[in-house]
Amino acid sequence: MKKYIINIGARVIQIIRTIGHMFIFLMNSIYFIFSPPFKYRLLLKQIYFIGNKSVVVIILIGSFTGMVLALQIFYTLRKFGSEAMLGPAVALSLIRELGPVLSALTVTGRAGSAITAEIGIMRITEQIDALISMALNPMKYLVVPNMVAAIIVFPLLTAIFDVIGIFGGYLIGVKLLGLSSGTYFSQMKQYIDIVDIEIGLYKSISFGLIVSWISCYKGYYTSYGAEGVSKATTESVVLSSILILIWDYFIGSLYL
Amino acid sequence: MRKYNLELAVGVFVIAGFICLGYLSINLGRLEVFGTGYYVIRAEFEKAGGIKPGASVEIAGVEVGRVKSIRLENYQAVVYLSIRNDVKIQEDAIASIRTKGIIGEKYIQITPGGSEVFIAHGGKLRETESAIDLEELLTKYIFGKI
Repeated sequence: MKKYIINIGARVIQIIRTIGHMFIFLMNSIYFIFSPPFKYRLLLKQIYFIGNKSVVVIILIGSFTGMVLALQIFYTLRKFGSEAMLGPAVALSLIRELGPVLSALTVTGRAGSAITAEIGIMRITEQIDALISMALNPMKYLVVPNMVAAIIVFPLLTAIFDVIGIFGGYLIGVKLLGLSSGTYFSQMKQYIDIVDIEIGLYKSISFGLIVSWISCYKGYYTSYGAEGVSKATTESVVLSSILILIWDYFIGSLYL
Repeated sequence: MRKYNLELAVGVFVIAGFICLGYLSINLGRLEVFGTGYYVIRAEFEKAGGIKPGASVEIAGVEVGRVKSIRLENYQAVVYLSIRNDVKIQEDAIASIRTKGIIGEKYIQITPGGSEVFIAHGGKLRETESAIDLEELLTKYIFGKI
């Protein structure tokens, strides 16, 4: 009996220690973001890696999300005879929820896992130790460019996602289901406020921070061997996705 | 060459992202970047039920501005309207709160007056007509006061 209680206590302490460790890592990297020298070249490379290479996926997912939304919402709205609300329904759900969340999940799968694997392999092949022994700060080289790049890139990818999604919805709603294009866009303008776009922006910026933080942390403190890196990669994707969804709910309820 | 390509690609991506962001916030979110094309007038209503900031202000069905804010002054609802600069409103114009359809949203309709004097920035619209309260109307009808 006593053994089980000890076991539970040990697990709880372990979890709290991990959370604290992650938080210290986050604070450390935020400190290094603002302390010179700044590595513009590395930042540019990371923006290219996280941003440019995700654009095609984002465009694909965005257009199909918009199209599916338009299709499904149209059939629901038709029951109430209010097809005119299709535009605002599609645009609001894209801008407030689906745009930030889906693009963050996509980028987690595409870039977050790669960041973890890259940093993890540098850790197990002792390249990070080599950096330290050359008196170079590994945080500055590996973590900070990823974080800044993610914070810059996520809102932009989300904006691309939203616009593509809205036009995908236009394609289905107007060209296929026969709504007038004036109704689609003018109703949208009527109902969307600058507040909605701000919420989407805050969400995507915080998702950028979350994804880069988790990916870098998991890679930086990976356990050894190929198995360790694979485990760290899986964990980083799973944890990022969960945190994205939880944080999305919190911001959503905060700004309602 | 490689270096040049990287910068070009990142530049194109960032510009595309900002164009999308700009489209969203200026076209759909009505963010006023060049926010000088409006002047503000005030209108006192007995009851401003249902009007929200951002509701449209219309003359003859054409949108000429938006509701900027709503405040309570001396137990009267004071609605601040921002009107486009090229639209002049006579001082005896009437502002009334109307509904689009039966359950549609509320908007403010301005019926032009005949006066030669126009309302300036910060001026007051004297003639107002409050929202028609459907419930109140029904109550009156039921109890036979109409």
